[in-house]
Amino acid sequence: MNNAEMLLFVSMAMFSIGLLGVIVRRNVLVMLMCMELMLNAVNLSLVTMSQQTGTTIGAVLVFLIFVVAAAEIAIAIPIVLLLVRRKRTLDLDAYTDLKG
Amino acid sequence: MIESVLGNLDTVLLWLFALSALVGGALMLVLRHPMQVAMALISTMVFLGGIYGLLGVHFIAAFQVLIYVGAVMVFMVYVIMLLDVRDPSLRGRYSRMLVPGIAAALALLAVLAFAVLHGGLAPAHASASYTLQQFSVAFLTEYWLYFELTSVLLVAAVVAALAVIKETGTDHEQR
Repeated sequence: MNNAEMLLFVSMAMFSIGLLGVIVRRNVLVMLMCMELMLNAVNLSLVTMSQQTGTTIGAVLVFLIFVVAAAEIAIAIPIVLLLVRRKRTLDLDAYTDLKG
Repeated sequence: MIESVLGNLDTVLLWLFALSALVGGALMLVLRHPMQVAMALISTMVFLGGIYGLLGVHFIAAFQVLIYVGAVMVFMVYVIMLLDVRDPSLRGRYSRMLVPGIAAALALLAVLAFAVLHGGLAPAHASASYTLQQFSVAFLTEYWLYFELTSVLLVAAVVAALAVIKETGTDHEQR
């Protein structure tokens, strides 16, 4: 296995770990951090393929993902603060308002 | 032994950083307190920055550390310190979706591995990789529209964050 394939496998393993964390963890902040891990995994695969093919588009996309991650966290944190102010907890099992 | 290791030091460091990043990601699943999870994520991001540096894209490595660790995770750590530490979600780490979640993650991993193994990787580029100058020129001439659109996205995010905070403020006064 060469280095590029190894990095791709690391990237997909990190993405799966992030998905697993989003699904199974109960804490809202931990879920947010697992989403950041998924974004990082995508960045790693983009950089690997960009270096493999010698084109710049992957690196450009990585920079755009940086901006999207910053915007995402700027929106998500106020929403979490709003939820905590309403429910007094970070536990996802308490957020059942949409349940019929 | 020493000579062969030093001759392949880049490869050894690459595998070491990749392994450390994976361990940090796995630790995020099992650690209990959000602050410990944040530290594991920060270590993963720093190791990813090391991988980017080893791959030769030093500007992405710098921005990985500056933006992710310096801005996003500092913000996250502040919020963790702001919120209550005696939370019921700290006692039980996992929700009821533990088994379906593991099944979904394994299925995703299998599909991705199948795609990579059968699709194959593009053959390595013969010439040297692009330089920072080539990247900058391409970024600001070919892809300038997306660069400008990200500024619009950031402004929208700031306005939305202000709107959320303002909404909660008036709501709080009414109750």
